[in-house]
Amino acid sequence: MKRIYVDHNATTPVDPRVLESMWPYYSEEWGNPSSVHWAGQGPKDAIEDAREIVAGMIGARPRDLFFTSGGTEADNTALLGVGFALKDRGRHIITSSVEHKAILDTASAMEDLHGFEVTLLPVDSLGRTNPEDVRAALRDDTVLVSIMLANNELGNINPVRAIADIAHEAGVVVHTDAVNALGKIPTNVVDLDVDLMSISAHKIYGPKGVGALYVKRKTPFEPLLRGGGQEKKRRCGTYNTAGIVGFGRAAALSDGSSSPEEVARVGALRDRMEARILQELDGVERNGDPEARLPNTTNLSFAAVDGEGLVLSLDLKGIALSTGSACTSGSLDPSHVLVALGKDPKWLDAALRISIGRTTTEADVDEVASILITEVKRLRAAVGGL
Amino acid sequence: MSGSYSSHQGEQFEEQLPEPGSRVVVAMSGGVDSSVVAALLHERGCEVIGITLSLWEDPDPCAPDGGCCTPEDILDARRVCADLGVRHFLLNYRAPFEEQVIKPFIEAYQSGQTPNPCVRCNNHLKFDMLVQRAREIEADWLATGHYARLMRDGTDRPRLFKGKDEKKDQSYFLAGTPPEALGMLSFPLGGLTKAEVRDCAERLQVRTSGKPDSQDVCFIPGGDTEAFLRRQGGDAPPGDIVDESGAVLGRHRGVHGYTIGQRRGIGVAAPEPLYVKRIDAANRRLVVATADRLYVSELHAADWNWLRRPAPEESVYARVRYRASASRVAKIHEGEALRLELSEAAHAVASGQAIALYGGEGATELLGGGRLVLPEG
Repeated sequence: MKRIYVDHNATTPVDPRVLESMWPYYSEEWGNPSSVHWAGQGPKDAIEDAREIVAGMIGARPRDLFFTSGGTEADNTALLGVGFALKDRGRHIITSSVEHKAILDTASAMEDLHGFEVTLLPVDSLGRTNPEDVRAALRDDTVLVSIMLANNELGNINPVRAIADIAHEAGVVVHTDAVNALGKIPTNVVDLDVDLMSISAHKIYGPKGVGALYVKRKTPFEPLLRGGGQEKKRRCGTYNTAGIVGFGRAAALSDGSSSPEEVARVGALRDRMEARILQELDGVERNGDPEARLPNTTNLSFAAVDGEGLVLSLDLKGIALSTGSACTSGSLDPSHVLVALGKDPKWLDAALRISIGRTTTEADVDEVASILITEVKRLRAAVGGL
Repeated sequence: MSGSYSSHQGEQFEEQLPEPGSRVVVAMSGGVDSSVVAALLHERGCEVIGITLSLWEDPDPCAPDGGCCTPEDILDARRVCADLGVRHFLLNYRAPFEEQVIKPFIEAYQSGQTPNPCVRCNNHLKFDMLVQRAREIEADWLATGHYARLMRDGTDRPRLFKGKDEKKDQSYFLAGTPPEALGMLSFPLGGLTKAEVRDCAERLQVRTSGKPDSQDVCFIPGGDTEAFLRRQGGDAPPGDIVDESGAVLGRHRGVHGYTIGQRRGIGVAAPEPLYVKRIDAANRRLVVATADRLYVSELHAADWNWLRRPAPEESVYARVRYRASASRVAKIHEGEALRLELSEAAHAVASGQAIALYGGEGATELLGGGRLVLPEG
């Protein structure tokens, strides 16, 4: 059985060149980058090289970016770091109902444990956030607006620049979770005019367990992890040297995957697959914004099919894709994102996210479309058709 | 592992295991029994797919650990499958479990009944939703670790018998199995004793082989039903304990804490031990009596499910509790609720509990079952 991986928004395969770059930091360059002696020198230099490359990828100054254990830590740190720093000025945060759980659960814990109030902006039926809703939600005590750049489940691209302009008029700090946008669309912090940005290595063919948070200079910020003073006290803890080096290498290689040619290639493959599925099957609805969306992602709902049976059947045919977000629990849960779109329940049960990437070929998307169409028809026949 | 069996009419049945090469979904709780099922069928050459259902998470973080379906059990099931090199899926059935099992469980206790959650879970989740899921993924079989035997005579309607291990027999819990599900079910442990299953686990190096058996209802580890009901807000108000004449003997903590036949926790001093005879939830009253007053000679059952109707002259026995001995049935009256006249009285019959009917040679064949209800009026 051929295995086809079309779940690149969950994670991506590590590029062999990335892995190659990491090896030395597990072997000869094993020193602690914080050491003053010779053993720390090589690792320290490698980290700073990686910082320059990763910062360059988002148009940031290297000194404004520090490394974390991943996107989740970056998101947690952004919300808590700004929230704690400004808690005497106000305790109101604005975010949206379709954010990643790393944002939603952190915001909810800040309400429960630290006396914050959180406004969860609604989205329209296409999952879009209206910048004017942000304006309406702003209060005197609002200290942070956090809106993701690209939605991991729908692929929607949010108008982060417009939102940032509105928030900044009111003097409010702006964070964006760009974990699923990185390497797929432009993520320049200057163009977007955001104060904080979360990114992660494993979505761009880098290793798991390493991410970064950009914090623009002069942004009020309290560190989450305290200790040995690493990352200018903004994120303490011994450096994950190999991971950081891998992130740097992945960022350097990513110039290729975010080139206009590669974006066009991936977009054409996604459109080809989507068109065939929509043409050959009745009772399919596309979820999310048809205009502003990532080139690699499609989210489709299938009527009259049991979603669980469909995902399991596709898995047994070798196809790896996702219902909603894989981070939820590893089990099949209804997606909070699709629920937030206010869709008719018949479209919630069987919704699939297909996300392709650098390694995906035309043969792959054709095979995925064929198997998906066959399985949906088979499962529908078993329950008496549409 | 397999065996043959002759019925009261001399028919020959064979216990048939999933054939090598067939695709088998194994319902895995993470315990030793279902792990052994997966290992045995894998050894046999079946294409095993392990499925674990995530059913319940106590909202109280201080609830005791244990039971089944805990994150550790789910991990055990996953790792057993990894050891075998077979696929494992975790399915989230918490919402239907709450709807079909937990809510009726709480409501039953509040109304003075003694529910059987395992039967509801079998009927509505394992042998309904999971059967459907198994069909959807083109499985030929759904195997579980139940100690019961399915015997096949070549027709697509197998017959269900007690497990070989009398002490472990779980056929009672299977009385509500939808007959149309039987065709794809397999209980590979039915012909084994628990000791043999443990030996299998050792031989096949199943990593859960040393795990203790769970005796409790899976969502009430430790077995403190009253505390569970309190946590869930399912406790009933306190009231009077009365004798059969209506004389007040004392106070009780709420009818949810009692079941028919219970002696402990009544707290009334009497010359002879007193037992709960009747639970009158509407009037918050607990009627107690001496043991000899708890026999009944007629049973009423709702939600009846026939697996096989008894032959005209066949001897039929009713079991009203998992560990109870069976009572001979004199006559069956089928109506909206099934009415059974007993020739041997049954003791301490609690409404809400499952009733299972047995027939065939040695009363080992499960004929059907339902839910015990109080007679109308």
